[in-house]
Amino acid sequence: MPTVGVKRDLLFKALGRTYTDEEFDELCFEFGLELDEITSEKEIISREQGDSKASGASDIILYKIDVPANRYDLLCLEGLVRGLQVFKNKLEAPRYRRVSPISGEPQKLIITKATAAVRPHAVAAVLRNITFTQERYDSFIELQEKLHQNICRKRSLVAIGTHDLDTISGPFTYTAKPPGDICFKPLNQTKEYTATQLMSLYKTDSHLRHYLHIIEDKPVYPVIYDSNGIVLSMPPIINGDHSKISLKTKNVFIECTATDVTKAKIVLDMMVTMFSEYCSQPFTLTITGISCQHFKKIAQLLTRMCLRSQATGVGDEIEVEIPPTRSDVIHACDIMEDAAIAYGFNNITRTTPRTYTVANQFPLNKLTELLRQDLAAAGFTEALNFALCSQEDIADKLGKKISETKAAHISNPKTAEFQVARTTLLPGLLKTIAANRKMPLPLKLFEISDVVLKDETKDVGASNSRRFCAVYYNKSPGFEVIHGLLDRTMQLLEVQPACGEGYHIQAADDSTFFPGRCAEIFVRGKSVGRLGVLHPDVINRFELTMPCSALEMDIEPFL
Amino acid sequence: MADAGVVETLLRRIEKVDDGVDSLEVANSLGVDHQVIVGAVKSLQSVGDVISAELRSSKHWELTEEGMEIAENGSHEARVFSSIPLEGLAQSELMKLSFGKIGFSKAMSSKWIRVDKTHEGGPRIFRTVESIEDQVREKLLLVQKGNTSQLEEKEKNELKKRKLLSEVTVKTYWITKGNSFSTTITKQETELTPEMIATGNWKEKKFKPYNFEAMGVAPDSGHLHPLMKVRTQFRQIFLEMGFTEMPTNNFIESSFWNFDSLFQPQQHPARDQHDTFFLSDPALAHEFPQDYLERVKKVHSEGGFGSQGYKYDWKIEEAQKNILRTHTTAVSARMLYKLAQQEKFTPVKYFSIDRVFRNETLDATHLAEFHQIEGVVADYGLTLGDLMGILHQFFTKLGITKLRFKPAYNPYTEPSMEVFSYHEGLKKWVEVGNSGVFRPEMLLPMGLPEDVSVIAWGLSLER
Repeated sequence: MPTVGVKRDLLFKALGRTYTDEEFDELCFEFGLELDEITSEKEIISREQGDSKASGASDIILYKIDVPANRYDLLCLEGLVRGLQVFKNKLEAPRYRRVSPISGEPQKLIITKATAAVRPHAVAAVLRNITFTQERYDSFIELQEKLHQNICRKRSLVAIGTHDLDTISGPFTYTAKPPGDICFKPLNQTKEYTATQLMSLYKTDSHLRHYLHIIEDKPVYPVIYDSNGIVLSMPPIINGDHSKISLKTKNVFIECTATDVTKAKIVLDMMVTMFSEYCSQPFTLTITGISCQHFKKIAQLLTRMCLRSQATGVGDEIEVEIPPTRSDVIHACDIMEDAAIAYGFNNITRTTPRTYTVANQFPLNKLTELLRQDLAAAGFTEALNFALCSQEDIADKLGKKISETKAAHISNPKTAEFQVARTTLLPGLLKTIAANRKMPLPLKLFEISDVVLKDETKDVGASNSRRFCAVYYNKSPGFEVIHGLLDRTMQLLEVQPACGEGYHIQAADDSTFFPGRCAEIFVRGKSVGRLGVLHPDVINRFELTMPCSALEMDIEPFL
Repeated sequence: MADAGVVETLLRRIEKVDDGVDSLEVANSLGVDHQVIVGAVKSLQSVGDVISAELRSSKHWELTEEGMEIAENGSHEARVFSSIPLEGLAQSELMKLSFGKIGFSKAMSSKWIRVDKTHEGGPRIFRTVESIEDQVREKLLLVQKGNTSQLEEKEKNELKKRKLLSEVTVKTYWITKGNSFSTTITKQETELTPEMIATGNWKEKKFKPYNFEAMGVAPDSGHLHPLMKVRTQFRQIFLEMGFTEMPTNNFIESSFWNFDSLFQPQQHPARDQHDTFFLSDPALAHEFPQDYLERVKKVHSEGGFGSQGYKYDWKIEEAQKNILRTHTTAVSARMLYKLAQQEKFTPVKYFSIDRVFRNETLDATHLAEFHQIEGVVADYGLTLGDLMGILHQFFTKLGITKLRFKPAYNPYTEPSMEVFSYHEGLKKWVEVGNSGVFRPEMLLPMGLPEDVSVIAWGLSLER
């Protein structure tokens, strides 16, 4: 969830009243926000860098508010205040209008074909006669940053550029040129650079270096010029110094370049609607119509959510205006949720669904539950291990080859512990023993859980297999104990000890087990698993010191 | 039992006196180590109330090793003094002696010697007095003889500072007659045996009293894993409420079922490398219900079913990518699709409790693998009130009765509610789960009837 930091006193001033922390927390809960933290700049620096660096930092109380991920209209103070004021019926939901300039033509942004190779789309707008104060200016910059981080996916989908219109003149051209051909003085620099030079320059910039990869390897870089050849910006990296905005700026030119045009429009809408309150010009709106019951009350509720509504007079239909700030509204159900929020979730009457159903257990789980109980009764303790592990765990450490295991491999593990999904429960249990060497002997552990194996017959190419695994770790290997457990398990599964119709074990060779001390388990002629004394190499590789015997079998055949 | 002889002697000693005896004194008078007496005391204590022994501790001054050396050979400063002949001794020579350094400074401060720094051949030390009294040694000898009381506190502490004396705590027993005192000890039986029962001779024997304060022998039992026990409880609750268990035994899922069919857009951050485990082998899923896939594609990119959609280019390559499922809602989607293929719709209640995977860095509150609990109800005309009602019933079975709901956001539910409950211990509202009504963009492409609503909720087992 995105977090917005606002100065508490500014917020209360804009809301027209003060709240106690509890009251504000309550308001957030009702509306769908979360007051995550109450802090100050000083506290933040103190926490991150130590008290000495914090002295001199601001003490002003900051509210850190968590905002739903799809509400781009709540990412700045202006948006939050507007949303809350309308919700509390203190303000009428604003209507945004698009207007023409008082004199002359609207500005033009010409997009050339060259951009198609790197960043095809762009949209632009102008905010006229705006008045900035330091706070508004900071908020303006901060909103761009928040939008960049969220909907713009770190500038890769959309990048915003804002410029002082009075320092440049249209029509503007958005084109793309080879990096060597672009030359300008970027923001906060003193001399001109080519784009190629800028790429190297910003490699060490802690903020900008993360965005270089978006265009770095492309044959042409995007660039916006005004009619005099002045560079406004080189999206998504940096704006030109010439057109930079200051507190004195009165007219702002906003451009959004993008690889996704829908998102570009949403972003532009956000930028203009949020700050249009400081001009004398609100902006565009779109209308959709929906129908629902309980019309009049609903219309009132929706209006409190900035969705101006009224009954159309046709049956129980309501017409709802969706302002450009609400790009999250794409279906009637979004409107319905807002109505519910305005009504207050906790005011809705609870009812019980009259759905009558008879429950069924998933047979494999039912079997697992029964077996678990009886295995604990047999004196073994249940373990719970991770399903992901390293390649060595399921292959080398067990004396097997990874290519023979039919394991599913993970492409982006953060550490070696998540390279593959386990194909056997044995390594997990052995690791559990290694972590509990100080416990009194014998250690008797079991686990009934899923392993993952590649499976061509499944649509995803892999399937789970429910296995039962037990280990006995003591001064003597205790094969007879593990064998006894097998016998008991078969008894519980109602399988007789007999060749053919029942189960039997016979000697087998397996590199995981000590030679001559390994047997394969057959049930009705099919192999279901193995048991035996573990090979000393295996014992060593898992950092164990005592002899150990183990049993692993598939329980799905017993359903 | 300790040396019977000692025990008997001790008993006889106690018999003779009216009050009691001190174990240390007894040890000294018998010429045995104190520990032997202590052993005898312990033995006697185990056979019942023969004696009663009170533990006493007394402090006692003793010479340290260094102290003993000085008592033997004299203090460092005295030896320094005696090693200086009439004509004096070069300081460098003196320092070579083992007691030289310490003794030198002490002798200087006692003004027994002086240094002539200007002497040819280096600084030279001379005696200043004719003879000295080695007081330190004398004091130590006093202590050694046991006449500590003759020294003042101040003197003792000074010697303690020089590490020549140390204060030791000696624990002794003050032994008096017990309630069943006798000079003869009868051996006590510990347990009833079959022979005793057969012959009946248990009637003549004395039995050692049980120590009821001690713990018994722990039974050799196996144990179930605590988290799995909680899982069993939740399973039980769902079954009691009429919910059928979903088959969730597939950790590997395609992005299609995990994300796309749930109307989660392909550029959504949760589908990132950072949050989701992707598979390199098997990398892609290869089978999908084609018609359904087309409808899903359309609703994402163009809209439809009453929705504007997300309006982006939906790519099948993204949907084919295999992942370790990030939620069991993927299975719910499969089940709902299957339900929609039925001839006639029947209401259902499904649940699942199984593992899900998130590509997170591990820390105290985050695991890469954890268990998700999910409940789903599909029926005609279900409302938000119904969702709240069923949540109340579910949580009441866990003993949680105070609930509040907060508007939230999930890509696949609208409305969405976070469920909060009041924690008596922490005295605040904590989040216990997430819930919502599935979006029409998810349900209608599956083919479910328009007036069917599906409500769902989920929480994690580990919490």
